[in-house]
Amino acid sequence: MTASGTEAEPAAGVVAPDVADEFPALRLRYLELDARPGRSSRGVKHRLKDMSSRFRGPQAVAMRQEPIPWAYRVFYRHIGLDPDADRTPVEEAAVQRLIQGAFRSHNRLDDALLVGLVETGVPIWALDSATVDGKLSIRLTGTAERLGRDARAPALVSGRLVVADERSPLAVLFGDLAPGHGVTSGTTRMTLFTVQVQGVPEIHVEEALYTCVAILTEE
Amino acid sequence: MELLEQDIAGPQEQSAALAVALPAVVETDELAARRSLRDQIAKLERELASAFLAAYPRAHVNWSVPGRGGPRLLGLGELERLRDELADRLRSARAAIAERAEFEERNRVLLERMRLEPGRHKFVRIAAVDVGEYGCGTYSVRPRLGIVGMLMGWWQVKLSSGCPLARGPGRDARGSTIPAP
Repeated sequence: MTASGTEAEPAAGVVAPDVADEFPALRLRYLELDARPGRSSRGVKHRLKDMSSRFRGPQAVAMRQEPIPWAYRVFYRHIGLDPDADRTPVEEAAVQRLIQGAFRSHNRLDDALLVGLVETGVPIWALDSATVDGKLSIRLTGTAERLGRDARAPALVSGRLVVADERSPLAVLFGDLAPGHGVTSGTTRMTLFTVQVQGVPEIHVEEALYTCVAILTEE
Repeated sequence: MELLEQDIAGPQEQSAALAVALPAVVETDELAARRSLRDQIAKLERELASAFLAAYPRAHVNWSVPGRGGPRLLGLGELERLRDELADRLRSARAAIAERAEFEERNRVLLERMRLEPGRHKFVRIAAVDVGEYGCGTYSVRPRLGIVGMLMGWWQVKLSSGCPLARGPGRDARGSTIPAP
């Protein structure tokens, strides 16, 4: 689970039995790595530029027919989300590419997540490892739970699908991260996690994670 | 004789035994039903994606099927309603695509007639998108050489030059400046 360069093996998160019964192919994969946020290298910016010139309107329109974006759209339907209103991460990235005219570089972390997402179709989120306690899991919220342990943590409706550690929910599934648990300028170690749904091959998930790790750990 | 001596449960005892066994059976059946509905939803989503591609960008269809306040686990009834709504949306999308295709076909026939007999279709205009083509061009029947062609009956089909430039201010028919988009 601990990453040194790109040698880490992603760990398998726990999927609660009541969720696994309904979605036997649902998986949570995560890994930790030593990485600090900062500015993107010239190479990453160049990579984003290349991706921008390869990705145009026709690809965006045809995207929902491709196997991986389609798999996430279907999963969105299955969990009660409308993928045309709350876009899947890869479709949101495509729309932003068309609106902004390019995949814009923001910082090393956001760029790493974006490159991983656009190249594989698999979304990845990052947490500050210092705020993660124990193994990650996908589960349903109980009564009176909050999103995170911060003072600003919003209350969650019971029965909501979340990614949680052993103490509290840390992110709504395909939604917001808990306040106070995201990566900040003081972060020295990150936990990257991704959600694999039915129809998404293992190799794409690993590729997405390793792409992010490679960018985040490059000198 | 042994059969007659067997202790056969009465109706009340049988229903009690059923009640114990039933929840597990119902639970399993519901789980299987939910999985089957999810498969149907996946299939409908694929067909909707194909319809979206077939319709883009000409047919105007509402593709959105409202969410169910997720992310959460949906019950059997909710999945059924979602499946039905997706099926309705697909049906209306296909109807809109068919209607649009028929409209374009009619326009293609008209365009063909305009080309064959321009004199009988004076000043008729058809947008290129309305015959299933991309772009902003317009087919129109106009006289060759202006007023001379009009008097002599020399008519032809012209295709306009296409989309206006996306950048820079332009001028409208009165000469006023149009700001850049």
